[in-house]
Amino acid sequence: MSDRSELQERGATTVGATTTFDRRGERRRFSQLTRGDKSVLWLIVGIPTLIHLVFVWIPAIATVVLSFTDWDGLSPVSQIGLVGFQNYWEIFTVFRSDVVSAGINNGFLVVFLFVGPTAFGVLLAYLLDKNLRGGRIYQSIYYLPVVLSLAVVGFIWKSVMYSPSQGVISTVLGRTGSGEQIDWLGDQTHAFGFGDYGISKNFLAILVAMAWRHVGYIMVLYLAGLKSVDPSLREASAIDGCNEWQAFRRVVFPAMKPINVVVGVITVIEALRAFDIVFALKSPRGMDLLSILVTDNLIGEGGGNVGRGSGYGVILLLLCLGFIIWYLANNIRQERRS
Amino acid sequence: MLAGAGALLGVSAVLAACGDDDDTSPTSASVGGTTPTPGTAGTTTGGGGGGTATGTLTLGSNYSDAVPAAALAAMIAGFPNKNVDVKVNTVDHNTFQENITNYLQQPDDVITWFAGYRLQYFAAQGVLGDISDVWGGLTGFSEGFKAASTGEDNKQYLVPLYNYPWAVHYRPSFFEEKGYAVPSTLDELMGLADQMMTDDVTPFSLGNDGKWPAMGTFDILNMRINGYQFHVDLMAGDGDWTSDEVKAVFAAFGDLLPFHQSGPNGRTWQEAATAMKSGETGMMLLGTFVSEQFADSLDDLDFFPFPAINDEYGTDSIDAPIDGFMMAAAPKNEEAAKELLAYLGTGEAAIAFLTENPGSVAASTEADTSGYTALQEKSAELISSTANIAQFLDRDTNPEFASNVMGDALADFLADPGSIDSILDDVEARKQAIFE
Repeated sequence: MSDRSELQERGATTVGATTTFDRRGERRRFSQLTRGDKSVLWLIVGIPTLIHLVFVWIPAIATVVLSFTDWDGLSPVSQIGLVGFQNYWEIFTVFRSDVVSAGINNGFLVVFLFVGPTAFGVLLAYLLDKNLRGGRIYQSIYYLPVVLSLAVVGFIWKSVMYSPSQGVISTVLGRTGSGEQIDWLGDQTHAFGFGDYGISKNFLAILVAMAWRHVGYIMVLYLAGLKSVDPSLREASAIDGCNEWQAFRRVVFPAMKPINVVVGVITVIEALRAFDIVFALKSPRGMDLLSILVTDNLIGEGGGNVGRGSGYGVILLLLCLGFIIWYLANNIRQERRS
Repeated sequence: MLAGAGALLGVSAVLAACGDDDDTSPTSASVGGTTPTPGTAGTTTGGGGGGTATGTLTLGSNYSDAVPAAALAAMIAGFPNKNVDVKVNTVDHNTFQENITNYLQQPDDVITWFAGYRLQYFAAQGVLGDISDVWGGLTGFSEGFKAASTGEDNKQYLVPLYNYPWAVHYRPSFFEEKGYAVPSTLDELMGLADQMMTDDVTPFSLGNDGKWPAMGTFDILNMRINGYQFHVDLMAGDGDWTSDEVKAVFAAFGDLLPFHQSGPNGRTWQEAATAMKSGETGMMLLGTFVSEQFADSLDDLDFFPFPAINDEYGTDSIDAPIDGFMMAAAPKNEEAAKELLAYLGTGEAAIAFLTENPGSVAASTEADTSGYTALQEKSAELISSTANIAQFLDRDTNPEFASNVMGDALADFLADPGSIDSILDDVEARKQAIFE
């Protein structure tokens, strides 16, 4: 709070300094900001700050605090006992295989989303920006997965697409007979592995579903950004003899810098907090994700281990923070260089 | 970026809020007096009739499938006290279970739930209402049902409605067509399985989606090989999961696995049942609720108990989980809640439910069983002739251990039976972390 009032004061000082003719100080009296202005400013800054504190920082700090307790989620708050680092110790010894497989899956997802769906979403946006006939219809179709409810998404991928005996994919492949069915969402054996860990085959299958949602999301974001790029830039590059790729790579993409950063951050966050589709499929083995570990311990029927669940949450928080700070720092550094 | 972290805790707040919303949610439906009263309900016994309570009562229900939901509505419609408006808030079965911990912090007055450890666990946390006085008026329950409804403090917390046995299901017409005989010993069962393999029929259906159906196979093998008491101790956290006894169970499970449908982890039990219906597979070990998939051909569904493996124990135990109703610790309308619970504990109420949903058998001995289907009669007979009734792996043990450890362990075993030793080492270590 003190930081902010200081800033506020400095703001007022600057404003005051440009207008005051009195050299003896007492700047406040000559501030252009009336009492009403100031209270409006306080409200404008204060309300979002309060909301931010209540809904982001307090829960985040509470999560960190709870990760050092043995709370079962049911007993009165007064009975919560501190257990030090025991939850973390358990997570990295007894439950290590869970957290490592989840970490590997989340990490793989970051790379996959960048290389696959994010790139494809950008491509779609670029194409749709060319005012194709029926562009709006394509746009709606690609965006549809983002707005579908969890239950519908679960049903689509579980029963319609990936059912071994009745699903679309098995039917198209002609593998619905009794001996030849493919257990798309249940086969947790590793497609490629390293030691005891690896990427499960069913995780690869669910990546398709995740891509299906992510493409539409990125497309809409990028499309909005593209609309704001000055068309004369593209005309100029066309006159200069750029081909389509050069125009995108050298002119449009750099002009989209702010959107690029947002898309990058969103992709990382989506990958790290990936949750809904796997949850809708009742979290099969092989699709372990950090967010699933958190919910399993916090709220699942096996809930009642708020301490360990919060521990997983803190690990996820640190990963997110680390990733985002690294990413933004990199971007800012590049910006300075160019 | 911090929204993610906020969401971690936010989740619980949101879910708790859902409890509030239930009263106004679109799934909320008043069924009091809107459906014709079935059968003999209205002339209730056991303290249910002629109540003095008034007002609104909410009932949180996980009977979200169409058939059980209709059955619940029919049963509630038979509640004789028409001055109480019973509002049923139906929540998807899986969601209900997933959110139970949060839901119980702001629950409805009366709640559908399960007997056994899963009940005692919440009773011990003080989030359930003591209904011992309701039990004082209930006359139709055996000691076994009472014990399963009782918390560690010797008070009752659940009114049982029905239970259903786990057994090996098959289609008589299919057995007849192929000339198979119902096996009564393990050797006969294995012989039958071999026979089916040569006939190009997969002997056992198995769908382990949701990570619980394989628990039934583990349970029955465990009780057949090591006996009921071993099951109880193991579930209570007292047994050693790396012991020879447990390894013998998984060895037997491993021997049976090649006779099961491959790739079970992604298959729902409904799909597995469909495979048996179409003759792709011959048998299926599941609770009798499998009959939901045979609604159009109930006559062509039968079962036999899993045969004996160890002579010492024979077939003296089965899983036959009990479903029933519990009361919130601080219900908004306690008088009406207890009146409704007293009614739900009558034979009439159970029959009103089971007439619509004949997959299970009434818990109350006072239920009029003359309307039972052949399958129900057989279920009732199996349950009453079996000495030890277990609830089910995920109802007999710590819920966290069941859903976060055993579900995963069994899925891992089905995917790679050869790694059972390291799986069990993990289970034992995690058990100690959870039960400590």
